[in-house]
Amino acid sequence: MIMNWFAKIMDLPLVRKSNGLRSFLIAGWLGWQIESNWTRPFLFAIYSIVRPLAGVMILVIIYSVITDGALQEPIFAYIYLGNALYILVGQVITGVSWAVIDDREHYQTLRQLHTTPMNGYYYLMGRGFAKLTVAGIAVVIIIAFGKVFFHLPVEMAAIHWPLFLVSTILGIISLASLGLLLGSLTMMMARHFWSLGEAVGGALFLFSGAIFPLDTLPAALRPIGFIFPVTYWLEAARRALLGPQAVIFPTFAEFSNSSLLLILLAFSIFLVFFSSKFYSWSLHRAKEKGLIDMESSY
Amino acid sequence: MNKGSSVYKARGLHLFWRVVWARAYPRIVGTFRERSWLFFETLLPILSTAAYVFVYRAIEAPPEYTGFVVIGGAMIAFWLNVLWNMAAQLYWDKDIGNLELYIASPAQMMGILLGMAVGGLVMSGTRAMIVITISSLLFNVTYETGSLLLFPAVFFVTMAALYGMGMMFASIYLVSGREAWHISNLLQEPVYLVSGFYFPVRAMGFWVAAAASIIPLTLGLDAMRQLLFAGDPTLGFLSVPLEIGILVLLAVIFITGAKLALDKLEEIGRREGRLIERRR
Repeated sequence: MIMNWFAKIMDLPLVRKSNGLRSFLIAGWLGWQIESNWTRPFLFAIYSIVRPLAGVMILVIIYSVITDGALQEPIFAYIYLGNALYILVGQVITGVSWAVIDDREHYQTLRQLHTTPMNGYYYLMGRGFAKLTVAGIAVVIIIAFGKVFFHLPVEMAAIHWPLFLVSTILGIISLASLGLLLGSLTMMMARHFWSLGEAVGGALFLFSGAIFPLDTLPAALRPIGFIFPVTYWLEAARRALLGPQAVIFPTFAEFSNSSLLLILLAFSIFLVFFSSKFYSWSLHRAKEKGLIDMESSY
Repeated sequence: MNKGSSVYKARGLHLFWRVVWARAYPRIVGTFRERSWLFFETLLPILSTAAYVFVYRAIEAPPEYTGFVVIGGAMIAFWLNVLWNMAAQLYWDKDIGNLELYIASPAQMMGILLGMAVGGLVMSGTRAMIVITISSLLFNVTYETGSLLLFPAVFFVTMAALYGMGMMFASIYLVSGREAWHISNLLQEPVYLVSGFYFPVRAMGFWVAAAASIIPLTLGLDAMRQLLFAGDPTLGFLSVPLEIGILVLLAVIFITGAKLALDKLEEIGRREGRLIERRR
């Protein structure tokens, strides 16, 4: 049935006309199949939730051990939500570069893909979108889990929806563009490509204030956090979800909600433009150097 | 090797030793020849270790917790090595066609598994040492030196049990397809949680900690922390001698289990033709 629906979407005049949109949708569908069809849907659902849940539980236990279970303190919500939202960051950023690795090394289909009339930039965006879908579901479940079991102060009525939606859309555009940059770099790498996404994801985890306020970092390292869009998105999304309960640490005290959105918008425009140029350049270089169909057996 | 026109053939224990060395060789030599690995392999654990250290600082935890995180973060190198370079290795080998070469040769599969373990231990040990050194310097971690004799014993039995477990997993993965990748993925964060990589495992409660003790790093890490840090003695899960005893038992069980599983699953694999299948 889902296949029928998908076929109908692909047959829409707008989709038939746009090569980019077609590449995006087909890649999204392909990515979803790769992610999920190795097991039964129920097991896949459990698999998708267990890892992020374990990650957030590590922080809950760390926090509970040290504070003797003071989960009502505002910093707990800060840590919990930051970690939950960061699932999107990790999945989208590493997802795109892993799509290149999968196609080139594992399935060895990258050369065939580039013989088709697809738009490679939108194709990779689509593969990232599949990861985003899985991660998005995990984020919702983990926030709900926090609300039920740890009384996370997230109230549907108190959520600043416009701020949340706009910041998340801009945040995801920035993340996808960062993912595209890493995917483009991966196309030109012969070694260590599998660590690239994780290294950037790890650095962002540390410097974006995902699980601790930036004020905790040594003063010399704090400015690093301000050069990543993720930092602004996490701050804006936390403020939106927690509403008046959000605690604002000194490093962000001077940033209003609208200034956070403006900064995110600027990042999004720049990163979309830069990533599309960088992708074209990387693809050309990878073809020129014979790296596009490389099989390194790593 | 050559004595005139005849070819020397290793047999028995000598063959086993040569198989072990041959499989360990690329990992040991690779560690020191291909040094660019060290950047990514040490940077990633240091980044995540640092993140947890700053969480502890943000909530004003006692300083010994920084040391707990540093040791736990370094031990992740061994766990990831066991998951990806031991358990999943025969699956990769099957995928790229090495497995059929191993089986067609006179090499004993247990020798190959042991070689993988020895090579992996050297590879991960190097990385763990670098992570501990850099993180300890960065975060001013101080260690107790009163148990210098006991510490190597704890480390050795932990590694014997852990890599024995990896050898057993490798046999099980031998007959798996794409699931191998996902199983290894699944055994990361949940194991960091239940084994207490970033906090004392005692915090999980007795029964969860007891169940998690099937993973040798749970008890190994707990014993190492008790020996290396002077903080609150009640933070340990069991006494160090008891933990060593259980780890020795686990090592024997896992290595024996690896041999039995390998024989059985190799037979099944041959019968069902799954040793050479490639399901991507």
